[in-house]
Amino acid sequence: MSSVERLVVIGAGMASGRMLEHLFEAAPDRYAVTLFGAEPRGNYNRIMLSPVLSGEKTYAEIVTHDAAWYARHGVTCRFGEAVTRIDRARRVVVSDGGETHYDRLVIATGSQPFIIPVPGHDLPGVVTYRDLDDTEAMIAAARPGARAVVIGGGLLGLEAAAGMRLRGMDVTVLHLMPHLMERQLDPSASALLRHELEGRGIRVHCSANTSAITGAGQVEAVALDDGTVYPADLVCMAVGIRPSTNLAKAADLACGRGILVDDQMLTSDPAILALGECAEHDGMVYGLVAPLYDMAKVAAKTLTGAPAAYARTETATKLKVTGVDLYSAGDFAPTDPQGAAREEIVFRDPARGIYKRLVLEGDHLVGAVMYGDTTDGAWFFGQIRQRADVSAIRDTLIFGPDAAEAAPLDPMVAAAASPGDPAARQRPSSPAAALRAANDRHRAVSAAA
Amino acid sequence: MTAPAPPGCPVATACPYCGVGCGVLATPDGFGGAAIKGDPDHPANFGRLCSKGSALGETIDLEGRLLEPRINGAPAPWDDAISLVADRFRAAIAEHGPDSVAFYVSGQLLTEDYYAANKLMKGFIGTANIDTNSRLCMASTVVGHKRAFGADTVPGTYEDLEEADCVVLVGSNLAWCHPVLFQRLAAAKTARPGMKVVNIDPRRTATSALADLSLRLAPGSDVALFNYLLNQIEAEGAVDASFVEAHVTGFPEAMAEARRATLKRTAEITGLSPVEIEAFAQLWLRRERVVTVFSQGVNQSSAGVDKVNAILNCHLATGRIGRPGMGPFSVTGQPNAMGGREVGGLATTLACHLDLTVPEHREGVRTFWNAPAMPQGNGLKAVDLFRASADGRIKALWIMSTNPAVSLPEADDVAAAIAACPFVVVSDIIADTDTTRLADVLLPATGWGEKSGTVTNSERRISRQRPFLPAPGQARPDWRIIADVGAAMGWPEAFAWESEAAVFREHAALSGVASSLGGDFDISGLKHLGDAEYDALDPVQWPVPHHGEPGGRLFGEGGFATPDGRARMLPLVHRAPATPLSPEWPFRLNTGRVRDHWHTMTRTAKSARLSAHMAEPYLEIHPDDAAAAGIEPATLVSVESPFATAVLRAIVTDRTPRGSVFAPMHWTAITAARGRIDALVGAETDPLSGQPESKAQPVRLSPFRPAWYGFALSRRAPLPTTAYWAEARGPAHWRVELAGTAQPADWVAFARTLFDLPGTVEAVSVIDSARPVARIAFVVDGRTEALLLTSDAPVEAARAPLAEAFDAGAEARPMLSGRPAGNRPDPGPIVCSCHGIGANTIAAAIAAEGLSTVEAIGAALGAGTACGSCRPEIATLLQAFQPEIAAE
Repeated sequence: MSSVERLVVIGAGMASGRMLEHLFEAAPDRYAVTLFGAEPRGNYNRIMLSPVLSGEKTYAEIVTHDAAWYARHGVTCRFGEAVTRIDRARRVVVSDGGETHYDRLVIATGSQPFIIPVPGHDLPGVVTYRDLDDTEAMIAAARPGARAVVIGGGLLGLEAAAGMRLRGMDVTVLHLMPHLMERQLDPSASALLRHELEGRGIRVHCSANTSAITGAGQVEAVALDDGTVYPADLVCMAVGIRPSTNLAKAADLACGRGILVDDQMLTSDPAILALGECAEHDGMVYGLVAPLYDMAKVAAKTLTGAPAAYARTETATKLKVTGVDLYSAGDFAPTDPQGAAREEIVFRDPARGIYKRLVLEGDHLVGAVMYGDTTDGAWFFGQIRQRADVSAIRDTLIFGPDAAEAAPLDPMVAAAASPGDPAARQRPSSPAAALRAANDRHRAVSAAA
Repeated sequence: MTAPAPPGCPVATACPYCGVGCGVLATPDGFGGAAIKGDPDHPANFGRLCSKGSALGETIDLEGRLLEPRINGAPAPWDDAISLVADRFRAAIAEHGPDSVAFYVSGQLLTEDYYAANKLMKGFIGTANIDTNSRLCMASTVVGHKRAFGADTVPGTYEDLEEADCVVLVGSNLAWCHPVLFQRLAAAKTARPGMKVVNIDPRRTATSALADLSLRLAPGSDVALFNYLLNQIEAEGAVDASFVEAHVTGFPEAMAEARRATLKRTAEITGLSPVEIEAFAQLWLRRERVVTVFSQGVNQSSAGVDKVNAILNCHLATGRIGRPGMGPFSVTGQPNAMGGREVGGLATTLACHLDLTVPEHREGVRTFWNAPAMPQGNGLKAVDLFRASADGRIKALWIMSTNPAVSLPEADDVAAAIAACPFVVVSDIIADTDTTRLADVLLPATGWGEKSGTVTNSERRISRQRPFLPAPGQARPDWRIIADVGAAMGWPEAFAWESEAAVFREHAALSGVASSLGGDFDISGLKHLGDAEYDALDPVQWPVPHHGEPGGRLFGEGGFATPDGRARMLPLVHRAPATPLSPEWPFRLNTGRVRDHWHTMTRTAKSARLSAHMAEPYLEIHPDDAAAAGIEPATLVSVESPFATAVLRAIVTDRTPRGSVFAPMHWTAITAARGRIDALVGAETDPLSGQPESKAQPVRLSPFRPAWYGFALSRRAPLPTTAYWAEARGPAHWRVELAGTAQPADWVAFARTLFDLPGTVEAVSVIDSARPVARIAFVVDGRTEALLLTSDAPVEAARAPLAEAFDAGAEARPMLSGRPAGNRPDPGPIVCSCHGIGANTIAAAIAAEGLSTVEAIGAALGAGTACGSCRPEIATLLQAFQPEIAAE
């Protein structure tokens, strides 16, 4: 038996790409890697497709792993070659190019865009927004003045809309729900976003239920069930994604919404790992980059035999539309899972179009929504992920790390002690905390009495 | 009358604040302001000025000034106002007799004003119901001086403090209350380190720093301490037998009492250790040149007169009086407390240190004034005067240049008493004070910089206050207003002065009459001053029996103003403060001044600089007492007496002794919700002087637990209505400390009302749904108009930088955070958007931590570890900021 194990990876996207980076760093010579990718190209930064669509970046600029990288790490690239079957008993994958043996198999097939099954959904001119090909299709259609209808006012749909608008198209966004990005934004932030998009000339129609896509041999219009009809030269459907589980299901791997994995990213077959958007861990499937990277780290360790365990990742969202600063993280429903009202801190600056909302449970930050100024988003996300106790910094929490990490300020106002009087300068390191403690004691005493 | 000075020409005048009486050079700028500096030629200060004096230029603007007469709130012509005042006073006198009217005047008045008021009341209306706010600060000294010296005379000069080998400060926070005199003392001690300073005060104050020995005695125990000193003076053979023999009576009686003051007993009463007491006695006895400076800690006491005499006893027994570097030295609180005493503007004096109760004195003055009616005895002293007003005996009351609704003890009752009086006239320079709010007629007086006259400082030095600004609006000098009323009441000849110089000449002439009756106050050498000479009068120390021969030290060779020319020593017995502490009222409330505010702040509160020092009423409380009462630093404390309750900011400090708390006296209903400290003080008075015991009120304390605390800045005058608030002026803003007992339902609406802003002004807000934490800024055209920060604890904010940023027009957001400048360097343009890490931060890390790879930067900062899009930029930064490696 060869000392070099054979590792086959199905899917050349961001999750597997990051996993390979970790793997080569930890054990550069342990595996001979064969990498299948449905797209005819290697790993690129898929979440940067929007700048490509808008023309602000080129494809070359978002390539993560080029041919030289794969060559340097001895990766056998089988890009554009679809895997059709996994034979677990023989430990082979079957593709157009034949059979490939594996000792360990990683499934990273990602997800597929969801297509609403309305009449006309398969007309030419109806695209999804998933990969470079979709992006290029939209770019190709983007003659100035051409009309684009985007179905789906979520993250991807709005990025697509903004990108096509930047290319001069007449863009309409149709959204089923009453406000845009309802999974990431609360109504206030959503309204600011809508205002911003409309200011850029993007038409927004919420509570829009598409009844049909019409056209004779080519898409021509989108009809809503309220009778509204939007003429369209291109329809981009961006209403959600589904984990790509067909191969796994066919191979009888345990699947729910995604391919079921344990904390080590192992599927029901211990020789096979799954990660990324196709995987389901602890009831959760993910469509954002942060959990994928966490999974990649764990998968790489599992492959090298190192202990590692994936735990649920809090997610954060940033809308990548130039000029629109929008960030959301964690859980910002107004009530907790038991239905109790959550505490919140809301910052509003209507003149400057800034809105921030922090959602707290007890002494912990559980959610954050920011619009117009997302500078501190990552820091809030960190507080959420660490389940940090924010009670001592709550007064200025919404002002982010500058306020939280600075030295305590003096609440001793005006009636300051005279200089050179150290006794009068002595005070608790956090007077607010000391006072709260005192108040709590007082309340406790009052309650007892 | 002297014309205001042309712009650019310095005018020598005198400071209107404390009794040091510093000379000021004011150079008007031609736009209503003036540059202020100390007068290098004035013998009180030789060019020095304190913080308040230096900021005088910030207090002379016309904002808030009363600029026209008002009757029942409506502007009225002078003639109508004068007629109404004259008619109502005449009617009251006709119906109820002269004792049914009263004046309550002020040590802020100039001597000429004071003289006119005193003459009108005592010589023409015919009652002695004229008292003054000097009753609150100097009355005990007046009586003490008269008991010992036969006249209200300060024997020494300021040089004595510099020439002494031991300066004892009793009940005097000289550093804050008489700062220039303190500076002179400090300079002298620096020049002559052998000089000793003793500070006798229950508190540790700014003055304590200069002291070689600080005696933190029990409140009110001064008589016991000085009786012991007198006992030791005799025991150690320090009695100046020849001086006593020649110039003193009462020595045996005084000694008989003093001999009872054993060390043990003195230690028990004063709470001082025997070692401390002995050290004090030795310092006093081993040096002949001893000056004992005393002020409100002595005077404002139910045993104030005895305290004064206990000090005087020691100086008389040792003959240490009226000689260089020796003597008792009363320092007065007000710029013209001494001038008021000289004209006799108290209910218990007549004029020129003469006595109402002495028939020859009355007759001499009556003749001089050609007075139709003279009172036969003393009038109502301040506390009694307002009690008489409360019970309806006073039918017409005229208050001049003072704010008794704030400053008198039981001030709530005083305010009610003023309100109860059928006819109240207030002359003032400020339109809205706690007292003007209660007046039927308001008369606009000229203020400092506009008025002309003389003042007398603590060392008997008469200085000219000269005008350098025109009288604003319809404001008139007080003496003129009084003269107009006197004329309208039917005595035009007696009040026909054409100028303040004419008033002064009459006063000087009367002092000659007084001198002939045995009085000590004699400035008759100045009675023939021409107007120009008066204008040019240099500071001059009385007595001035002959022009050009000013007086110096007094009593060094005896010559006291008693009938037998001998001073009196008195047997004195320690009396504790009038109201004892009890389990119900366990703390002594001491009150006093802060460094940068004056009285009820009608002027100093205009100055941003002065308001920055202590912008809020506060309570000093000892850490042990605070802990026992559950009072945390910077929280609010409720201070309760049987008369009223105040809410103050707690300063937890051992500056104040256990069992005693201290609060400043300056805050009013204009500047704070519940800071009127004299409302808490009971009107216990010294039985002889009638001076209230302002520093010993028993009180109790409890934490004031508001639902929320707040801090606000506003460009326009805020309208706070919360349970607690205190406001202060900044350069271009008001700052307010707030606390509320209930959380507003709508913070933005609450703030809009607080700042008096219309609904059209947009708010930037942070609202916490679960706690009373709100941060609201109102922005108009990008400029923040008002800012409110609240919390469930005292608001943590960088107040000074905030105020500075606010005035500079900073953006709302950083101000809302309470840290307009932040505490961290600017992160620079954001490179890693995922983690919000800027180029400056990365560059700094590269330099500081020697990072050489993108990975290392990621490991250190997190930059580039999420989406990775920024890694090329980080690499670029690495090239730019990595230290160059030297080429081979």
